[in-house]
Amino acid sequence: MTQNDLSLGSSVSLPSSKPEGYSEMLSGMKEHSFYPYADNGGSIVGISGSDFAVLAGDTRSTSGYSINSRSEPKVFRVGDDGRIALSVVGFAADGKALAEKLDTTCNMYKYRHGKTISLTACAHRLSTLLYEKRFFPYQVQAILMGLDEDGRGTLYSYDPAGSYKKDQCRAVGAAASLMMPFLDNQVQFNNQHLPGSGIGIALKEKPKEDLSKDAVMDLVKDAFCNATERHIEVGDGLQMMLVSRDGIEEMFIPLKRD
Amino acid sequence: MNHLPQAWGRPRDDVYGPYDASYLQSRLPQTHTQSPIVTGTSVLAVKFKDGVVIAADNLASYGSLARFTDVKRLRPFNSKSIVGIGGDVSDMQYLDRLLNSLDVTENYSSTGHSLNAKNLHTYLSKVMYKRRSDINPLWNQMLVAGLDGNDEPFLSSVDLLGTTFSSPTLATGFGAHLAQPLLRKVADDESKVADITRERAVEAVKECMKVLFYRDARSLDRYSIAVVTKEGGLELKEDEQLEGQSWAFAETIRGYGRTQEA
Repeated sequence: MTQNDLSLGSSVSLPSSKPEGYSEMLSGMKEHSFYPYADNGGSIVGISGSDFAVLAGDTRSTSGYSINSRSEPKVFRVGDDGRIALSVVGFAADGKALAEKLDTTCNMYKYRHGKTISLTACAHRLSTLLYEKRFFPYQVQAILMGLDEDGRGTLYSYDPAGSYKKDQCRAVGAAASLMMPFLDNQVQFNNQHLPGSGIGIALKEKPKEDLSKDAVMDLVKDAFCNATERHIEVGDGLQMMLVSRDGIEEMFIPLKRD
Repeated sequence: MNHLPQAWGRPRDDVYGPYDASYLQSRLPQTHTQSPIVTGTSVLAVKFKDGVVIAADNLASYGSLARFTDVKRLRPFNSKSIVGIGGDVSDMQYLDRLLNSLDVTENYSSTGHSLNAKNLHTYLSKVMYKRRSDINPLWNQMLVAGLDGNDEPFLSSVDLLGTTFSSPTLATGFGAHLAQPLLRKVADDESKVADITRERAVEAVKECMKVLFYRDARSLDRYSIAVVTKEGGLELKEDEQLEGQSWAFAETIRGYGRTQEA
């Protein structure tokens, strides 16, 4: 543990991500304070298509430079057989608590209203759940995935305080800065132009098109394989959930373990 | 009579006496956040094809003093689970009281159903998470080992932050750095668990306990070890001695205060 030393005498030499002066703030003493958060590493990616959506996360759980587990999934189904999945990255204990809360909320909705919660309602509810702890936040970045009322694949991404928006594709977590630009270029075709279509600003942008399921799956795998190469907290295994008209399908593929 | 706004509603000092200023003093802050005082070191565990092995030494340290050498840090809970606890010993004893209390209330049940290791882990993780959310943690890291609802081997960790994770091999504290790499050579992946025999798992754990005694300065050579299987139930040995230690390398040390001998 980098922040909370289990043995007495915490002359911690590992880097701490506590804010400056946190321990002084709390008790006036320099050492031996309890920091209620931790960063368990990992990364998640979501991409939505015309009639499907994919939410994938690596299965490595870390604590500083140690690997806690190589197979700790962080993409969860929520509610009953509804086609909604939630993935959370950041502080894993908060992540699991949030997923459980949302799951309970979706089930309660079914009991009270007799129908499965819609994705838009669930998305808004998640924002409220997060904001309720505005002054002691769930330190997680969440992505919610499902099919909207018209059967289109949809993704919502959240910050720790609950602000959210619909996204066509999103990468969050440790390797977000590596994977998001890749997604911008390969899914949204950002900064891609049709060769020979003009000179300078007359160059025509590559037109956006819907990607097939296979193309999206390949992109997700490539994004993670490359993030694994360059980021120490990403690797071991990839858990993918694909939601479509036929339901939710879960897949695991191995990633490099170094 | 003072009719100015600052005196509105205020009782007269000459009739009732002045306000008691001692109530305005800032009290000493309510201290919750702690540091562990008497501590236990690593707990190790490995899954194998029929169950789980778990071990922890019998030492409770008071900083660098090896204060209590008869502390049992493996706590059985019914015949299907065992909790190994590292970290603060007084919090471990509180957890013990909680588990006893849970055992009593579970025994009221007329259905005969009892909690399995997975249930116990869920219960403990909720307790730990609640305490951390109250910024008043139980300063421990625990391994819950045993059998789940399908009598399959179960092993999971829960710590002072309420963080949980599962793996075929787990170790807390120093064990995470020294023992995990050795244990992972035996059981790297969930798929390998079905091929590991009990003997291999126990041998790996005993070897790691030896390595920890060599290199963890807050460890002891006496330890407890338990094996949980469906057929054999819970077998707990609480006074094992490390065997086959080799300190021959000590003869090669030069410096560090060693005087040259003939």
